[in-house]
Amino acid sequence: MFLFVVCVVLLSSLLVLVRALKGPTVFDRMLATNMFGTMTVVLMALLSIVMDDGMYIDVALVYAFINFITTIAFLKFFTQRSFSCE
Amino acid sequence: MNEFLEYSGYLFLLSGAFFTFTAALGVLRFPDFFTRLHPAGVNDSLGLPLILIGLMLHLAAGLVTLKIVLLILFALITSATACHALAKAALHSGMKPLGKIDPEAEEHASSKSR
Repeated sequence: MFLFVVCVVLLSSLLVLVRALKGPTVFDRMLATNMFGTMTVVLMALLSIVMDDGMYIDVALVYAFINFITTIAFLKFFTQRSFSCE
Repeated sequence: MNEFLEYSGYLFLLSGAFFTFTAALGVLRFPDFFTRLHPAGVNDSLGLPLILIGLMLHLAAGLVTLKIVLLILFALITSATACHALAKAALHSGMKPLGKIDPEAEEHASSKSR
């Protein structure tokens, strides 16, 4: 059952990657990348159950943090063309 | 009791997988950026929490359960924030949503932003 869910999430992330590759605007790509990160978090959590190792949950938490910060930082860069706080 | 938890966990896992797959399909197939925001929100607010709750029901209560709860709460907060920031940045850069726009509403919005 867990492996079935892993396969479904992997297939979904493949579909999202297609959108990230052909997205017409940069915002489509950012949206798809954000979704891909969310699916990676789910995969990490599933991996921690399948491999019976609680450490992967920590990896998932840190990945969720980095995913959020990446999205916000890239949006700031693409709208203002700089990372400065002016 | 244990069997009940196991089978309800499977139910949560399956529904979460369903929502994840339909969200990915929606992001791939929807015609417009602003419509694609909707399946992205579905994935973050239904797909991930349902799968993680399903995992939680299979685990003995402990530190890992607490971390999964933290993960769900964090995902619920950040997905709303990220979607809002994406939509606002897209509107700010001049993208127009598909379909007809009510002229009165647009006038109201532009006078409000001024």
